[in-house]
Amino acid sequence: MEMWRQVFQYKESLFREGILDAQFTQLQQLQDESNPDFVAEVVSLFFEDSERLINDLTRALEQKCIDFKKVDAHVHQLKGSSSSVGAQKVKNACITFRNFCDEQNIEACFSCLQLVKQEYLLVKNKLETLLRMEQQILAAGGAIPMIE
Amino acid sequence: MMSSSSSGSGKKFSVLVVDDDPVIQRIHRVFLDRFGFETQVVGNGKEAVDLFCSGASFHLVLMDWDMPIMDGPKATRELRRMGVRSMIVGMTSRDRDSEKQEFVRAGSDDCCSKPLTSNTVTSLLQQLHTKYH
Repeated sequence: MEMWRQVFQYKESLFREGILDAQFTQLQQLQDESNPDFVAEVVSLFFEDSERLINDLTRALEQKCIDFKKVDAHVHQLKGSSSSVGAQKVKNACITFRNFCDEQNIEACFSCLQLVKQEYLLVKNKLETLLRMEQQILAAGGAIPMIE
Repeated sequence: MMSSSSSGSGKKFSVLVVDDDPVIQRIHRVFLDRFGFETQVVGNGKEAVDLFCSGASFHLVLMDWDMPIMDGPKATRELRRMGVRSMIVGMTSRDRDSEKQEFVRAGSDDCCSKPLTSNTVTSLLQQLHTKYH
């Protein structure tokens, strides 16, 4: 019970702080006996995808002649995958980033990249912790708290 | 509440997910399977076109916008040119109306935002029942 309450409060804080949104709940609702590791799988794909895209973005912005179309394409993809796992702050950082790509504002793009990296590392850390805690509840025979 | 795509008549709708993002691919596959679709996934517009060329057919195509080799609007135009009459739904970003317009011009039946939600899939199922019954 105590563990459940801790997890509930931790999870609730992630939603309250805007780190996760309702899309994450939708993902958890898709997990069942036929897809028991669905959330962990999707989150892991998201981590791989994001790290690749952030590397690509870093390289693209280091070029002498920046191809903003390319940068925008990477940000667009990162926005899509972050939005699909409910990583709201990453998604919002990408939306801002895309606006600055449109303006071809180099300095602002660099700042946005830093913000995206920061928000990604934050959500990665939080998700890893959350999933670990939820796994403990499941192992003890309990049910995961859902945040509406 | 999720309604099955077979709705008692035994009809199972088939859907082709066209998207290069592995996260979206995984989520949409499970989501659509849960609604009773027979789901196939490809990674870009050219793979979708090639599939149809090889004789495959689908009731519904969920077409992403931005993909390598062949993007969503281009693939949509090509499929329509080939005479494909499946329901094609463009998957667009919420903040880009211009994407929606281009998809419609290319021949899509509808557009919706990524990621899919229960409401969107329910609405698509209703449209499919109307179209195919």
